[in-house]
Amino acid sequence: MSHENSVEYMSDIMTKFTSYIGKRLPRDVKNKQAELRKKEKNPMAIEIYDTMAENQEAADKLDRPSCQDTGVIQYFIKVGAKFPLLGELEDILRNATLEATRKGPLRHNAVETFEEKNTGTNAGSKIPWLDWDIVPGEDTATIEVYMAGGGCTLPGSAKVLMPGEGYEGVADFVFDVITSRGINACPPLLVGVGVSTSVETAARLSKKAILRPVDTRNPNAKAALMEDLLESGLNEVGIGPQGLTGDNTVMGVNIESSARHPSTIGVAVSTGCWAHRRGTIKFNPDLSYEVLSHDGVIL
Amino acid sequence: MSKKILTTPISDEALAELNVGDIVYLTGHLVTCRDVAHRRLIELKQKLPVDIKDGAIFHAGPIVREKEDGSYEMVSIGPTTSMRMEKFERQFIAETGVKLIIGKGGMGEETAKGCLENKAVHAVFPGGCAVVAATKVEEIEQAEWKDLGMPETLWVSRVREFGPLIISIDSKGRNIFEENKKTFNERKGAILKKIHDQVKFIK
Repeated sequence: MSHENSVEYMSDIMTKFTSYIGKRLPRDVKNKQAELRKKEKNPMAIEIYDTMAENQEAADKLDRPSCQDTGVIQYFIKVGAKFPLLGELEDILRNATLEATRKGPLRHNAVETFEEKNTGTNAGSKIPWLDWDIVPGEDTATIEVYMAGGGCTLPGSAKVLMPGEGYEGVADFVFDVITSRGINACPPLLVGVGVSTSVETAARLSKKAILRPVDTRNPNAKAALMEDLLESGLNEVGIGPQGLTGDNTVMGVNIESSARHPSTIGVAVSTGCWAHRRGTIKFNPDLSYEVLSHDGVIL
Repeated sequence: MSKKILTTPISDEALAELNVGDIVYLTGHLVTCRDVAHRRLIELKQKLPVDIKDGAIFHAGPIVREKEDGSYEMVSIGPTTSMRMEKFERQFIAETGVKLIIGKGGMGEETAKGCLENKAVHAVFPGGCAVVAATKVEEIEQAEWKDLGMPETLWVSRVREFGPLIISIDSKGRNIFEENKKTFNERKGAILKKIHDQVKFIK
Protein backbone atom coordinates (compact mmCIF):
# COMPACT_ATOMS: atom_id res chain seq x y z
CA MET A 1 0.00 0.00 0.00
CA SER A 2 1.25 3.50 -0.77
CA HIS A 3 1.56 5.87 2.17
CA GLU A 4 -1.51 7.79 1.03
CA ASN A 5 -3.56 4.60 0.69
CA SER A 6 -2.43 3.47 4.13
CA VAL A 7 -3.72 6.69 5.70
CA GLU A 8 -7.01 6.34 3.87
CA TYR A 9 -7.35 2.68 4.87
CA MET A 10 -6.72 3.30 8.56
CA SER A 11 -9.11 6.29 8.56
CA ASP A 12 -11.78 4.06 7.09
CA ILE A 13 -11.27 1.31 9.68
CA MET A 14 -11.33 3.84 12.53
CA THR A 15 -14.49 5.46 11.10
CA LYS A 16 -16.22 2.09 11.06
CA PHE A 17 -14.93 1.12 14.49
CA THR A 18 -16.01 4.45 16.03
CA SER A 19 -19.54 3.96 14.64
CA TYR A 20 -19.57 0.32 15.69
CA ILE A 21 -18.89 0.90 19.36
CA GLY A 22 -21.82 3.33 19.58
CA LYS A 23 -24.12 0.47 18.68
CA ARG A 24 -22.74 -2.54 20.56
CA LEU A 25 -21.42 -2.88 24.08
CA PRO A 26 -18.05 -4.51 24.77
CA ARG A 27 -17.96 -8.14 25.83
CA ASP A 28 -17.16 -7.52 29.52
CA VAL A 29 -19.97 -4.97 29.96
CA LYS A 30 -22.50 -7.21 28.20
CA ASN A 31 -21.60 -10.19 30.37
CA LYS A 32 -21.75 -8.15 33.56
CA GLN A 33 -25.21 -6.88 32.74
CA ALA A 34 -26.54 -10.37 32.16
CA GLU A 35 -25.06 -11.37 35.51
CA LEU A 36 -26.64 -8.42 37.35
CA ARG A 37 -30.01 -9.10 35.73
CA LYS A 38 -29.88 -12.68 37.02
CA LYS A 39 -29.09 -11.54 40.57
CA GLU A 40 -31.85 -8.93 40.67
CA LYS A 41 -35.03 -9.56 42.66
CA ASN A 42 -36.70 -6.12 42.63
CA PRO A 43 -39.47 -6.19 39.93
CA MET A 44 -39.02 -2.56 38.81
CA ALA A 45 -35.28 -3.13 38.46
CA ILE A 46 -35.91 -6.30 36.46
CA GLU A 47 -38.21 -4.37 34.09
CA ILE A 48 -35.42 -1.82 33.57
CA TYR A 49 -32.76 -4.49 32.91
CA ASP A 50 -35.10 -6.12 30.39
CA THR A 51 -35.68 -2.80 28.61
CA MET A 52 -31.89 -2.36 28.45
CA ALA A 53 -31.47 -5.81 26.90
CA GLU A 54 -34.30 -5.17 24.43
CA ASN A 55 -32.61 -1.89 23.50
CA GLN A 56 -29.25 -3.52 22.79
CA GLU A 57 -30.90 -6.12 20.57
CA ALA A 58 -32.80 -3.42 18.68
CA ALA A 59 -29.66 -1.30 18.27
CA ASP A 60 -27.78 -4.26 16.83
CA LYS A 61 -30.61 -5.30 14.53
CA LEU A 62 -31.47 -1.81 13.28
CA ASP A 63 -27.80 -0.78 13.20
CA ARG A 64 -28.40 2.38 15.26
CA PRO A 65 -26.58 4.06 18.16
CA SER A 66 -27.90 2.34 21.28
CA CYS A 67 -27.91 5.57 23.29
CA GLN A 68 -28.76 8.89 21.67
CA ASP A 69 -25.88 10.52 23.50
CA THR A 70 -22.93 9.27 21.53
CA GLY A 71 -20.75 11.55 23.60
CA VAL A 72 -17.71 13.61 22.89
CA ILE A 73 -15.30 11.24 21.19
CA GLN A 74 -12.14 10.44 23.11
CA TYR A 75 -9.28 8.31 21.80
CA PHE A 76 -6.72 6.82 24.17
CA ILE A 77 -3.71 5.91 22.11
CA LYS A 78 -0.86 3.65 23.05
CA VAL A 79 1.43 3.75 20.08
CA GLY A 80 4.91 2.51 19.38
CA ALA A 81 7.44 5.16 18.36
CA LYS A 82 8.12 3.00 15.31
CA PHE A 83 4.48 2.67 14.17
CA PRO A 84 4.58 3.77 10.50
CA LEU A 85 1.58 6.16 10.73
CA LEU A 86 2.45 7.78 14.08
CA GLY A 87 2.73 11.22 12.49
CA GLU A 88 -0.61 10.86 10.69
CA LEU A 89 -2.64 9.46 13.60
CA GLU A 90 -4.02 12.80 14.74
CA ASP A 91 -5.45 13.50 11.26
CA ILE A 92 -6.67 9.93 10.90
CA LEU A 93 -8.64 10.07 14.16
CA ARG A 94 -10.08 13.51 13.45
CA ASN A 95 -11.26 12.30 10.05
CA ALA A 96 -12.67 9.14 11.63
CA THR A 97 -14.75 11.31 13.99
CA LEU A 98 -16.05 13.49 11.14
CA GLU A 99 -16.94 10.49 9.00
CA ALA A 100 -18.48 8.45 11.83
CA THR A 101 -20.65 11.47 12.64
CA ARG A 102 -22.09 11.38 9.12
CA LYS A 103 -22.25 7.63 8.69
CA GLY A 104 -22.99 6.44 12.26
CA PRO A 105 -24.80 8.74 12.59
CA LEU A 106 -23.56 10.28 15.82
CA ARG A 107 -25.29 13.09 17.70
CA HIS A 108 -23.61 16.46 17.30
CA ASN A 109 -21.99 16.99 20.67
CA ALA A 110 -19.13 19.42 20.18
CA VAL A 111 -20.10 22.89 21.39
CA GLU A 112 -17.32 25.43 20.96
CA THR A 113 -16.60 26.77 24.45
CA PHE A 114 -17.25 30.51 24.95
CA GLU A 115 -18.60 30.75 21.39
CA GLU A 116 -21.47 28.48 22.54
CA LYS A 117 -22.01 27.21 19.04
CA ASN A 118 -22.50 23.55 18.17
CA THR A 119 -19.98 22.79 15.43
CA GLY A 120 -22.32 20.19 13.94
CA THR A 121 -19.42 17.85 13.19
CA ASN A 122 -18.34 16.44 16.57
CA ALA A 123 -14.99 18.11 16.01
CA GLY A 124 -13.88 21.31 17.68
CA SER A 125 -10.89 22.73 19.50
CA LYS A 126 -8.94 19.76 20.86
CA ILE A 127 -11.98 17.53 20.16
CA PRO A 128 -11.91 14.59 19.46
CA TRP A 129 -9.81 14.39 22.62
CA LEU A 130 -6.57 12.50 22.14
CA ASP A 131 -4.65 10.98 25.04
CA TRP A 132 -1.19 9.75 24.07
CA ASP A 133 1.16 7.11 25.44
CA ILE A 134 4.20 6.71 23.20
CA VAL A 135 6.00 3.41 23.69
CA PRO A 136 9.71 3.47 22.73
CA GLY A 137 10.85 0.69 20.45
CA GLU A 138 7.38 -0.69 19.66
CA ASP A 139 5.74 -0.68 16.22
CA THR A 140 2.05 -1.33 16.95
CA ALA A 141 -0.82 1.01 17.85
CA THR A 142 -3.57 0.17 20.34
CA ILE A 143 -6.44 2.64 20.26
CA GLU A 144 -9.29 2.84 22.74
CA VAL A 145 -12.38 4.67 21.56
CA TYR A 146 -14.60 6.05 24.28
CA MET A 147 -17.88 7.91 23.90
CA ALA A 148 -17.98 10.26 26.86
CA GLY A 149 -21.68 10.96 27.32
CA GLY A 150 -23.02 13.90 29.31
CA GLY A 151 -24.87 11.84 31.90
CA CYS A 152 -21.94 9.74 32.96
CA THR A 153 -19.50 12.64 32.74
CA LEU A 154 -21.48 14.85 35.14
CA PRO A 155 -20.56 12.97 38.36
CA GLY A 156 -16.85 13.34 37.58
CA SER A 157 -14.98 14.85 40.49
CA ALA A 158 -11.45 15.30 41.82
CA LYS A 159 -9.96 16.60 45.04
CA VAL A 160 -6.72 16.61 46.98
CA LEU A 161 -6.93 15.19 50.50
CA MET A 162 -4.55 15.76 53.39
CA PRO A 163 -2.63 12.66 54.41
CA GLY A 164 -4.44 12.69 57.75
CA GLU A 165 -7.65 11.84 55.91
CA GLY A 166 -5.97 8.70 54.62
CA TYR A 167 -7.52 6.06 52.39
CA GLU A 168 -10.57 6.37 54.63
CA GLY A 169 -11.03 9.80 53.03
CA VAL A 170 -10.68 8.22 49.60
CA ALA A 171 -13.52 5.79 50.41
CA ASP A 172 -15.70 8.64 51.74
CA PHE A 173 -15.07 10.68 48.59
CA VAL A 174 -16.00 7.81 46.26
CA PHE A 175 -19.22 7.10 48.18
CA ASP A 176 -20.19 10.79 48.28
CA VAL A 177 -19.78 11.14 44.52
CA ILE A 178 -21.73 7.99 43.72
CA THR A 179 -24.61 8.41 46.17
CA SER A 180 -25.11 12.10 45.46
CA ARG A 181 -24.45 12.38 41.74
CA GLY A 182 -24.08 8.86 40.41
CA ILE A 183 -27.80 8.21 40.75
CA ASN A 184 -28.59 10.27 37.66
CA ALA A 185 -25.77 8.81 35.56
CA CYS A 186 -27.55 5.62 34.43
CA PRO A 187 -26.40 3.02 36.95
CA PRO A 188 -25.23 0.27 37.25
CA LEU A 189 -22.03 2.27 36.81
CA LEU A 190 -18.45 1.30 36.23
CA VAL A 191 -16.61 3.42 38.78
CA GLY A 192 -13.06 4.51 38.03
CA VAL A 193 -10.96 5.82 40.90
CA GLY A 194 -7.59 7.50 40.53
CA VAL A 195 -5.41 7.72 43.63
CA SER A 196 -2.41 9.88 42.95
CA THR A 197 -0.64 13.08 43.79
CA SER A 198 -2.74 15.94 42.37
CA VAL A 199 -6.09 16.62 40.73
CA GLU A 200 -4.99 16.20 37.12
CA THR A 201 -2.95 13.03 37.64
CA ALA A 202 -5.75 11.46 39.69
CA ALA A 203 -8.35 12.51 37.12
CA ARG A 204 -6.44 11.01 34.20
CA LEU A 205 -5.92 7.75 36.11
CA SER A 206 -9.61 7.59 37.07
CA LYS A 207 -10.47 7.69 33.38
CA LYS A 208 -7.84 5.04 32.60
CA ALA A 209 -9.50 2.95 35.31
CA ILE A 210 -12.84 2.81 33.47
CA LEU A 211 -11.05 1.75 30.29
CA ARG A 212 -9.91 -1.36 32.13
CA PRO A 213 -12.33 -4.28 31.71
CA VAL A 214 -15.02 -4.92 34.32
CA ASP A 215 -14.00 -7.64 36.79
CA THR A 216 -10.26 -7.05 36.44
CA ARG A 217 -8.29 -6.31 39.58
CA ASN A 218 -5.40 -3.97 40.29
CA PRO A 219 -2.17 -6.00 40.64
CA ASN A 220 -1.39 -4.33 43.97
CA ALA A 221 -3.03 -6.38 46.76
CA LYS A 222 -4.09 -3.37 48.84
CA ALA A 223 -5.55 -1.58 45.82
CA ALA A 224 -7.40 -4.77 44.88
CA LEU A 225 -8.75 -5.06 48.42
CA MET A 226 -9.99 -1.49 48.19
CA GLU A 227 -11.65 -2.25 44.83
CA ASP A 228 -13.46 -5.19 46.46
CA LEU A 229 -14.52 -3.19 49.50
CA LEU A 230 -15.80 -0.22 47.49
CA GLU A 231 -17.61 -2.49 45.04
CA SER A 232 -19.39 -4.57 47.67
CA GLY A 233 -20.04 -1.49 49.81
CA LEU A 234 -21.60 0.49 46.97
CA ASN A 235 -23.68 -2.53 46.00
CA GLU A 236 -24.93 -2.73 49.58
CA VAL A 237 -26.29 0.82 49.23
CA GLY A 238 -28.65 -0.68 46.62
CA ILE A 239 -28.99 2.23 44.19
CA GLY A 240 -30.17 -0.15 41.46
CA PRO A 241 -30.52 0.42 37.71
CA GLN A 242 -31.42 4.06 36.90
CA GLY A 243 -31.12 4.92 40.60
CA LEU A 244 -34.57 3.52 41.33
CA THR A 245 -33.25 0.99 43.90
CA GLY A 246 -32.26 -2.62 43.35
CA ASP A 247 -29.92 -5.29 44.58
CA ASN A 248 -26.79 -3.66 43.14
CA THR A 249 -25.29 -0.27 42.33
CA VAL A 250 -22.21 -0.83 40.21
CA MET A 251 -20.79 -3.05 37.50
CA GLY A 252 -17.46 -2.70 39.27
CA VAL A 253 -14.88 -0.42 40.83
CA ASN A 254 -11.45 -0.10 39.20
CA ILE A 255 -8.59 1.78 40.84
CA GLU A 256 -5.48 3.11 39.12
CA SER A 257 -2.71 4.76 41.08
CA SER A 258 0.68 6.46 40.95
CA ALA A 259 3.20 7.39 43.61
CA ARG A 260 2.29 10.61 45.43
CA HIS A 261 3.79 13.55 47.26
CA PRO A 262 4.02 12.76 51.00
CA SER A 263 1.76 15.70 51.84
CA THR A 264 -1.07 14.97 49.39
CA ILE A 265 -3.53 12.30 48.36
CA GLY A 266 -5.08 13.22 45.04
CA VAL A 267 -8.32 11.35 44.40
CA ALA A 268 -10.67 11.43 41.43
CA VAL A 269 -13.75 9.57 40.29
CA SER A 270 -14.90 8.98 36.72
CA THR A 271 -17.98 6.95 35.92
CA GLY A 272 -19.09 4.87 32.98
CA CYS A 273 -22.84 4.34 32.57
CA TRP A 274 -24.46 0.92 32.04
CA ALA A 275 -24.19 1.64 28.31
CA HIS A 276 -20.43 1.96 28.69
CA ARG A 277 -19.38 2.37 25.08
CA ARG A 278 -15.71 1.79 24.66
CA GLY A 279 -13.74 -0.40 22.31
CA THR A 280 -10.14 -1.44 21.83
CA ILE A 281 -8.49 -2.05 18.47
CA LYS A 282 -4.87 -2.99 17.84
CA PHE A 283 -3.04 -2.28 14.59
CA ASN A 284 0.13 -4.01 13.46
CA PRO A 285 2.69 -2.09 11.36
CA ASP A 286 1.23 -3.63 8.16
CA LEU A 287 -2.19 -2.28 9.32
CA SER A 288 -3.69 -5.71 9.89
CA TYR A 289 -5.84 -5.27 12.99
CA GLU A 290 -7.55 -7.08 15.82
CA VAL A 291 -10.54 -5.90 17.87
CA LEU A 292 -9.81 -6.79 21.49
CA SER A 293 -13.00 -5.60 23.19
CA HIS A 294 -15.82 -7.14 21.14
CA ASP A 295 -16.52 -10.59 19.70
CA GLY A 296 -17.52 -11.28 16.09
CA VAL A 297 -16.90 -7.75 14.81
CA ILE A 298 -17.46 -7.10 11.13
CA LEU A 299 -16.23 -3.65 10.16
CA MET B 1 -52.16 -6.72 33.82
CA SER B 2 -53.04 -4.32 31.03
CA LYS B 3 -50.79 -1.40 30.16
CA LYS B 4 -51.71 1.95 31.71
CA ILE B 5 -51.69 4.42 28.84
CA LEU B 6 -51.84 8.21 29.08
CA THR B 7 -52.97 10.17 26.04
CA THR B 8 -52.38 13.83 25.23
CA PRO B 9 -54.07 16.15 26.11
CA ILE B 10 -53.53 14.73 29.60
CA SER B 11 -56.31 15.24 32.14
CA ASP B 12 -55.87 15.94 35.83
CA GLU B 13 -58.04 12.90 36.56
CA ALA B 14 -55.70 10.53 34.69
CA LEU B 15 -52.75 11.83 36.70
CA ALA B 16 -54.60 11.80 40.04
CA GLU B 17 -54.68 8.00 39.94
CA LEU B 18 -50.92 7.68 39.48
CA ASN B 19 -48.46 7.15 42.32
CA VAL B 20 -44.68 7.06 42.43
CA GLY B 21 -43.35 3.73 41.19
CA ASP B 22 -46.27 3.16 38.77
CA ILE B 23 -45.35 2.24 35.20
CA VAL B 24 -47.25 3.96 32.37
CA TYR B 25 -47.00 4.54 28.60
CA LEU B 26 -47.76 7.64 26.51
CA THR B 27 -49.71 7.95 23.26
CA GLY B 28 -50.02 11.32 21.54
CA HIS B 29 -47.56 14.19 21.25
CA LEU B 30 -44.19 14.49 22.91
CA VAL B 31 -41.87 17.51 22.60
CA THR B 32 -38.15 17.42 23.35
CA CYS B 33 -37.18 20.28 25.59
CA ARG B 34 -33.97 20.68 27.56
CA ASP B 35 -31.40 23.14 28.91
CA VAL B 36 -31.46 26.06 26.51
CA ALA B 37 -35.21 25.93 25.84
CA HIS B 38 -35.84 26.13 29.60
CA ARG B 39 -33.38 29.00 29.89
CA ARG B 40 -34.94 30.88 26.95
CA LEU B 41 -38.44 30.64 28.42
CA ILE B 42 -37.59 31.49 32.02
CA GLU B 43 -34.57 33.78 31.88
CA LEU B 44 -34.84 35.32 28.43
CA LYS B 45 -38.67 35.51 28.53
CA GLN B 46 -39.02 34.08 25.02
CA LYS B 47 -42.31 32.40 24.20
CA LEU B 48 -42.00 28.65 23.59
CA PRO B 49 -42.63 28.01 19.87
CA VAL B 50 -44.87 25.00 20.65
CA ASP B 51 -48.01 24.94 22.81
CA ILE B 52 -47.49 22.21 25.41
CA LYS B 53 -50.47 22.96 27.69
CA ASP B 54 -51.77 19.60 29.02
CA GLY B 55 -48.97 18.01 27.02
CA ALA B 56 -45.74 16.14 27.59
CA ILE B 57 -42.10 17.13 27.29
CA PHE B 58 -39.05 14.90 27.09
CA HIS B 59 -35.69 15.96 28.53
CA ALA B 60 -33.84 14.54 25.56
CA GLY B 61 -31.52 15.39 22.72
CA PRO B 62 -32.04 12.89 19.93
CA ILE B 63 -30.17 11.76 16.85
CA VAL B 64 -32.33 12.77 13.90
CA ARG B 65 -31.69 11.99 10.24
CA GLU B 66 -32.94 14.47 7.66
CA LYS B 67 -34.34 12.64 4.67
CA GLU B 68 -34.07 13.81 1.07
CA ASP B 69 -37.67 15.07 0.98
CA GLY B 70 -36.93 17.32 3.98
CA SER B 71 -38.79 15.15 6.48
CA TYR B 72 -37.08 13.73 9.56
CA GLU B 73 -36.43 10.26 10.90
CA MET B 74 -35.97 9.60 14.63
CA VAL B 75 -32.86 7.42 14.82
CA SER B 76 -32.13 7.32 18.53
CA ILE B 77 -33.77 9.19 21.40
CA GLY B 78 -33.25 8.63 25.09
CA PRO B 79 -33.60 10.77 28.19
CA THR B 80 -31.00 13.18 29.48
CA THR B 81 -30.28 14.08 33.13
CA SER B 82 -33.42 15.85 34.38
CA MET B 83 -31.66 17.41 37.35
CA ARG B 84 -30.03 19.92 35.00
CA MET B 85 -33.46 21.50 34.50
CA GLU B 86 -34.26 21.66 38.25
CA LYS B 87 -33.40 25.36 38.39
CA PHE B 88 -36.20 26.19 35.92
CA GLU B 89 -38.79 23.42 36.08
CA ARG B 90 -41.21 24.71 38.73
CA GLN B 91 -41.70 27.97 36.86
CA PHE B 92 -41.66 26.14 33.52
CA ILE B 93 -44.61 23.97 34.63
CA ALA B 94 -46.52 27.01 35.92
CA GLU B 95 -46.00 29.02 32.71
CA THR B 96 -46.58 26.28 30.14
CA GLY B 97 -49.21 24.09 31.80
CA VAL B 98 -47.24 20.95 30.86
CA LYS B 99 -48.54 17.83 32.63
CA LEU B 100 -45.93 15.16 32.03
CA ILE B 101 -42.18 15.63 32.20
CA ILE B 102 -40.14 12.66 31.08
CA GLY B 103 -36.44 12.37 31.79
CA LYS B 104 -33.80 10.45 33.60
CA GLY B 105 -32.80 10.40 37.25
CA GLY B 106 -34.49 12.42 39.93
CA MET B 107 -35.55 16.02 40.22
CA GLY B 108 -35.51 18.12 43.38
CA GLU B 109 -37.88 19.74 45.83
CA GLU B 110 -38.76 22.70 43.62
CA THR B 111 -39.98 20.49 40.77
CA ALA B 112 -41.95 18.39 43.26
CA LYS B 113 -43.61 21.62 44.45
CA GLY B 114 -44.36 22.56 40.84
CA CYS B 115 -45.94 19.13 40.25
CA LEU B 116 -48.09 19.47 43.37
CA GLU B 117 -49.22 23.03 42.57
CA ASN B 118 -50.09 22.33 38.94
CA LYS B 119 -51.08 18.65 39.11
CA ALA B 120 -48.25 17.45 36.92
CA VAL B 121 -45.90 14.44 37.15
CA HIS B 122 -42.28 13.57 36.40
CA ALA B 123 -41.49 10.14 34.99
CA VAL B 124 -38.29 8.26 34.20
CA PHE B 125 -37.68 6.53 30.89
CA PRO B 126 -34.72 4.15 31.35
CA GLY B 127 -31.59 6.01 30.23
CA GLY B 128 -29.56 4.58 27.40
CA CYS B 129 -32.56 2.79 25.86
CA ALA B 130 -32.72 5.17 22.94
CA VAL B 131 -33.50 2.72 20.16
CA VAL B 132 -36.50 1.28 22.04
CA ALA B 133 -37.71 4.86 22.45
CA ALA B 134 -37.13 5.74 18.79
CA THR B 135 -39.22 2.78 17.63
CA LYS B 136 -42.21 4.25 19.55
CA VAL B 137 -42.01 7.49 17.53
CA GLU B 138 -44.44 7.35 14.63
CA GLU B 139 -43.48 10.65 13.05
CA ILE B 140 -41.60 13.86 13.69
CA GLU B 141 -44.24 16.47 12.90
CA GLN B 142 -42.38 19.69 13.59
CA ALA B 143 -38.94 21.07 14.50
CA GLU B 144 -38.57 24.43 16.24
CA TRP B 145 -35.59 26.50 17.38
CA LYS B 146 -33.33 24.58 15.02
CA ASP B 147 -30.68 27.27 15.55
CA LEU B 148 -29.86 25.44 18.80
CA GLY B 149 -28.44 22.43 16.96
CA MET B 150 -29.58 18.82 16.85
CA PRO B 151 -29.65 17.98 20.58
CA GLU B 152 -31.40 21.19 21.69
CA THR B 153 -33.98 21.64 18.92
CA LEU B 154 -37.62 21.20 20.02
CA TRP B 155 -38.62 18.07 18.12
CA VAL B 156 -42.38 17.52 18.13
CA SER B 157 -43.10 13.82 17.79
CA ARG B 158 -46.23 11.71 17.58
CA VAL B 159 -45.67 8.65 19.74
CA ARG B 160 -47.50 5.40 20.39
CA GLU B 161 -47.24 3.58 23.72
CA PHE B 162 -44.02 5.35 24.53
CA GLY B 163 -42.46 3.78 27.63
CA PRO B 164 -41.95 2.22 30.12
CA LEU B 165 -42.32 5.45 32.09
CA ILE B 166 -41.77 5.09 35.82
CA ILE B 167 -43.52 7.80 37.84
CA SER B 168 -40.87 9.44 40.01
CA ILE B 169 -42.79 12.56 41.21
CA ASP B 170 -46.56 12.23 41.41
CA SER B 171 -49.21 14.94 41.39
CA LYS B 172 -49.46 14.72 45.19
CA GLY B 173 -45.83 15.84 45.35
CA ARG B 174 -44.24 12.55 46.41
CA ASN B 175 -40.71 12.27 45.10
CA ILE B 176 -39.28 8.74 44.88
CA PHE B 177 -35.68 9.87 44.31
CA GLU B 178 -35.65 12.18 47.34
CA GLU B 179 -37.08 9.37 49.46
CA ASN B 180 -34.49 6.90 48.13
CA LYS B 181 -31.68 9.37 48.73
CA LYS B 182 -32.48 9.39 52.44
CA THR B 183 -32.34 5.59 52.55
CA PHE B 184 -29.05 5.53 50.62
CA ASN B 185 -27.48 8.05 52.99
CA GLU B 186 -28.60 6.13 56.07
CA ARG B 187 -27.04 2.93 54.74
CA LYS B 188 -23.85 4.70 53.69
CA GLY B 189 -22.63 5.57 57.18
CA ALA B 190 -22.55 2.02 58.51
CA ILE B 191 -20.96 0.63 55.34
CA LEU B 192 -18.18 3.24 55.35
CA LYS B 193 -17.40 2.52 58.98
CA LYS B 194 -16.67 -1.11 58.07
CA ILE B 195 -14.50 -0.06 55.12
CA HIS B 196 -12.51 2.49 57.15
CA ASP B 197 -11.18 -0.20 59.48
CA GLN B 198 -9.77 -2.16 56.55
CA VAL B 199 -8.14 0.68 54.58
CA LYS B 200 -5.97 2.26 57.27
CA PHE B 201 -2.93 1.73 55.05
CA ILE B 202 -1.12 4.80 56.47
CA LYS B 203 0.34 3.72 59.77
